[in-house]
Amino acid sequence: MRFGVLQFPGSCDDRDALAACRRVGDARMVWHEESDLDGIDVVVVPGGFSYGDYLRAGAIARFAPAMQAVARHAERGGPVLGICNGFQVLCESGLLPGALLTNESLLFTCRQVELLVESSGSAFTRELRPNDRLSIPVKHQTGRYFAPADDLDRLEARGGIVLRYAPGHNPNGSARDIAGIANEAGNVVGLMPHPEHAVDPLTGSDDGLRLFESAVAYVSDARREPITA
Amino acid sequence: MSPARRHDHYAQGVRAKVLIRPKDGILDPQGKAVEGALPALGFDGVSHVRVGRLVELDTDDPDRLEELCEKLLANPLIEDYEIEVSK
Repeated sequence: MRFGVLQFPGSCDDRDALAACRRVGDARMVWHEESDLDGIDVVVVPGGFSYGDYLRAGAIARFAPAMQAVARHAERGGPVLGICNGFQVLCESGLLPGALLTNESLLFTCRQVELLVESSGSAFTRELRPNDRLSIPVKHQTGRYFAPADDLDRLEARGGIVLRYAPGHNPNGSARDIAGIANEAGNVVGLMPHPEHAVDPLTGSDDGLRLFESAVAYVSDARREPITA
Repeated sequence: MSPARRHDHYAQGVRAKVLIRPKDGILDPQGKAVEGALPALGFDGVSHVRVGRLVELDTDDPDRLEELCEKLLANPLIEDYEIEVSK
């Protein structure tokens, strides 16, 4: 059971993500120029400012060789978690619907927020139950989730919203208080809050660990029932 | 270099300006902040401020400019763009 944490020039949460993964399994860094993810079960696209966030947050990273490999991994049903900038990268790549816009406040916001689990139907929330409450920090300036109203309706109808900001906790003006979403197959998840910064009670909460544990359970189950191509 | 040769040199390439702005209906907090600051400086009656960006480039293949915008320069979900080409 091995995690791979992508590392772009400008990533800054890669080490915390690696440390979080290592609490539940084996993990290694994947440099952005690597195009081979062999032996990696779960991919984490971490937070930061990949390629300086030039043009738009996440816009350049999608063309990295490692991201082409991530797209193939996702296509095969492999779990992928995009955190913060990683979420932006997954949206820009088309692996997840929608886009992240500048916070309504224009401010870089760094604080602990409360999240409500909406669906346990994704690879990263399967060890959680709907309405479970998680305390996890956010830190971003470009985190306002946006999609056209019709797309939001579809997303909601298919259970694609996996995490919402609890009432009063939406830090950025995200549509429908969306904090995290999944693709249709449930193996690709993106969220703005940082579960990798909430893995030890020392820093106030270890709720973030549940997402990493979920991925381990997802991979173990997939091994018991191999997906036939 | 004679004028004729200079013309040949640029025959393939064009200079393009791509103007990218947030789509109508999408909240543009930067535009709002600029709009909010203007009255304090004595500029009254300014409204509908939108902040976008300008990309200038030379290309030998102007036919692919639109594709280039759709794939990288703009995110068509949230942004509109206009291409202005000059020889």
